[in-house]
Amino acid sequence: MSDSATADRSRRALLAGGVGAVLCVAWRPACALSDELAGALRGFTGGAPAREGKVNFDIAPLVENGNTVPITVTVDHPMTAAAHVQAIAVFNEKNPQREVISCRLTPRMARAALSTRIRLATTQQLVAVAKLSDGSFWTHTVDVVVTLAACIE
Amino acid sequence: MARTLIHVPTTARKGEVLEVRTLIAHPMETGYRAGADGRTLPRDIIRRFACRYNGELVFSADLYPAISANPYLAFSVIADASGSFTFTWEGDNGFAQTESATITVT
Repeated sequence: MSDSATADRSRRALLAGGVGAVLCVAWRPACALSDELAGALRGFTGGAPAREGKVNFDIAPLVENGNTVPITVTVDHPMTAAAHVQAIAVFNEKNPQREVISCRLTPRMARAALSTRIRLATTQQLVAVAKLSDGSFWTHTVDVVVTLAACIE
Repeated sequence: MARTLIHVPTTARKGEVLEVRTLIAHPMETGYRAGADGRTLPRDIIRRFACRYNGELVFSADLYPAISANPYLAFSVIADASGSFTFTWEGDNGFAQTESATITVT
């Protein structure tokens, strides 16, 4: 009796562990950066820590045509001479090159916002990062599914 | 000369937020694609964009092959004086183009 109870418990533990492991693999949290993106981000920040927040990276989660994907990056931060956003950059995970765009902003801009159109080679993760005038870095990471890839390779 | 589309209001009140939209006709050849003969097509992209308002740099951007053909950029500027916007695009193979737009601020 006690033997079968122990066996039952260990089987349950094994099952629970297995299910947990599968879920961890399938649901990579959006904030967990891949090595490629983390490296590109380090190149931009110069090793300074980048926190998630303030930045809003607006892109369709399901992209039907990877050749022109509209994106909008906005930063929730005032644009005054004392406190403004100095730079915005976007990096991708799986295009041939990590960089997408890198912009320098000035306080004469009304809002820290930028729209453009980009290419995406495949389903991947993207990160937008903003550098504020106080030297801090803020990011927003998004996962995008691409059904028709851009002709870049 | 490449065709450009530039959207800037012609008149504005002082302190108003101006939406500036620019588009330039350019293939933005990535340098990773193969041509009809199987050889890789050489890269031909616009690398740099800058917007000046009465001579003062307001916004600039470095573009990479991941930017779509016919690069479109939209941003916002505060209207503070009458004058002109100057937009410059620079890229591979000596590509350089300058366009301007005038604005009257009341």
